[in-house]
Amino acid sequence: MTHTLQVEGLSTHFDTRAGLVKAVDNVSFHIDRGEVLGLVGESGSGKSVTGFSLLGLVDSPGRIAAGRILFQGGNLVGLPEPELRALRGNRIAMIFQDPMMTLNPVLRIDTQMMETVHAHANVSAAEARTRARDALGQVGIPSPDERLHAYPHQFSGGMRQRVAIAIALLHRPDLIIADEPTTALDVTIQAQILAEVQKLARDNGTALMWITHDLSVVAGLADRIAVMYAGRIVETGSVTAVLDRPMHPYTAGLIGSVPSRNRRGTRLRQIPGMTPSLIDLPEGCAFRTRCPRADAACARDPQDSHPTADRTLRCFHPHLDFEA
Amino acid sequence: MSEPVIALKGVSKRFGKSFDLAARLTRSARRAMGADLPDQTVRAVDNIDLSVAKGEVLGLVGESGCGKSTIGRMVAGIMPPSDGEVFWKGRNITAMAPDAMRKATLAVQMIFQDPYASLNPRMRVEDIVAEAPRVHNMIPRGQDTAYIDAQLTRAGLDPAYKRRYPHQFSGGQRQRIGIARALAVQPEFLVCDEAVAALDVSIQAQILNLFMDLREQLDLTYLFISHDLGVVEHLSDRVVIMYLGRIVEEAPTEEIFARPNHPYTQALLAEVPRIDTRKRQFTAIKGEIPSPLNPPPGCHFHPRCPAAMPRCREAAPVLREIAPHHRSACHLNGS
Repeated sequence: MTHTLQVEGLSTHFDTRAGLVKAVDNVSFHIDRGEVLGLVGESGSGKSVTGFSLLGLVDSPGRIAAGRILFQGGNLVGLPEPELRALRGNRIAMIFQDPMMTLNPVLRIDTQMMETVHAHANVSAAEARTRARDALGQVGIPSPDERLHAYPHQFSGGMRQRVAIAIALLHRPDLIIADEPTTALDVTIQAQILAEVQKLARDNGTALMWITHDLSVVAGLADRIAVMYAGRIVETGSVTAVLDRPMHPYTAGLIGSVPSRNRRGTRLRQIPGMTPSLIDLPEGCAFRTRCPRADAACARDPQDSHPTADRTLRCFHPHLDFEA
Repeated sequence: MSEPVIALKGVSKRFGKSFDLAARLTRSARRAMGADLPDQTVRAVDNIDLSVAKGEVLGLVGESGCGKSTIGRMVAGIMPPSDGEVFWKGRNITAMAPDAMRKATLAVQMIFQDPYASLNPRMRVEDIVAEAPRVHNMIPRGQDTAYIDAQLTRAGLDPAYKRRYPHQFSGGQRQRIGIARALAVQPEFLVCDEAVAALDVSIQAQILNLFMDLREQLDLTYLFISHDLGVVEHLSDRVVIMYLGRIVEEAPTEEIFARPNHPYTQALLAEVPRIDTRKRQFTAIKGEIPSPLNPPPGCHFHPRCPAAMPRCREAAPVLREIAPHHRSACHLNGS
């Protein structure tokens, strides 16, 4: 079976005055129909640039330097702009952290939503309005008929994010890329959005890529996790495998520093140091300066290995000593 | 429990919406024609009693607009309450002599959420840290360098960097600068307002560890304001939950996480994402957080509450003790 999305050796580089930044460096992963992949990483790990690269949204000085992005079997890299445009918002949709990046503050919701409908479907205005209303209803916005006439500023943050999600849903995409969409929201509102999204992937078979820094959110939402550090995916696997038996020292450190994984009131386990600058990053494992297991071998680039069938790992000295 | 260092008694904070001249004229004209225009006042904090004991870490939890930051600011003395009194070690701050009042306010320092906005970008780190102690003559003559170096070292910063500007530091390091600045005036009490919310997980752990170390070294008391229940559970001795300007529940940390009483607390605990849950069914409590400009009557939570009764619409429940040291404001607990 073809994966909905298969990324092979993707590299996105930025030529800056200060030097070459390999924001995404030889990254490979895949997402199947109806599956939720959590792409987890800290600031500057390249998780958002990965998402933008998939849609061909990387602006100069950034460029896709290598790799293939196979969407339902077809390569998106190097695709002419009109063909990419036919896919964006149609077969592949994106949800951003700040819904005001999606919404135009001076246009009414119905104008914006009908515009999206008409971008990819040749339907009457009445039909477009019906689809817009149904999408609002689907994401749990009360009295959608009236709300169509509202402007974005008349909605709360959580409601705006729902409108952004509704717009993403208009053409029943096969793939949704969600970049930290609940990070700015309150806990109870976040839970509402997660409930909608989960239902959506389940009912429509939409493949979902959920980009976040929050391990706790993907723990409850995702099927599989990919962990990024300094532009590379260091570990992938099922949620249970990665969170319960992390093999990469970075993943293990990250999970270990979550307060609920520590005994209350005791010192938290912490990863020393901080994320390295990506400008002219030296060869070798980028985590080695913070890693308790690093030695001379780590000065070379580790390659992907497959400790079990469904896991990939990029480390010379992984934690393999878990009880089966 | 020892005597409280800080106590708020019946404290409220109201913010009036300010109207420009044109709006005032139209409003008075419309009033003259008989229009009913209510005053647009936000009760950010509504008649709250709160006390923090010496050496305690009190976690203050709530969602946007619940008034937790406003409380923090009133405790830190940055903002006066509209009603009620603030007591420092049993004495009313507003009734103190100027000298005592200055001592009391200096003893409470604040750490802010945004390490980018809370440091003056045009000051060197050494001046950021030394400004307040210089003003208050806290540095012995000729000891400037040693004093500044000691503050930076204590916060985990290399004094070699003290001539740099804030933009030359990462987010975690900037938060350390903010901590060094607060500690430089030798406070007894720190108000941390979402102090780790903007930091990455691995950096967050470093800063939380620093807070715990400082508590031991300097015998500090904390008011730790956060929306992150995981962080609050780890750090706090006691937790206060707020909703739309009111305290809905307070209890020792273990008690509140084991036996949450108020429906809002229960919902909050149920919905907080945890790293140990897998493929959970998210079942959210319904509805939005209402606007604090126009909160629902009675219990503010009743429109979203699964257990709401007619009475909840009419009367606001009072905070009552339901178990030792465990207080909750809900009509379900009977009257």
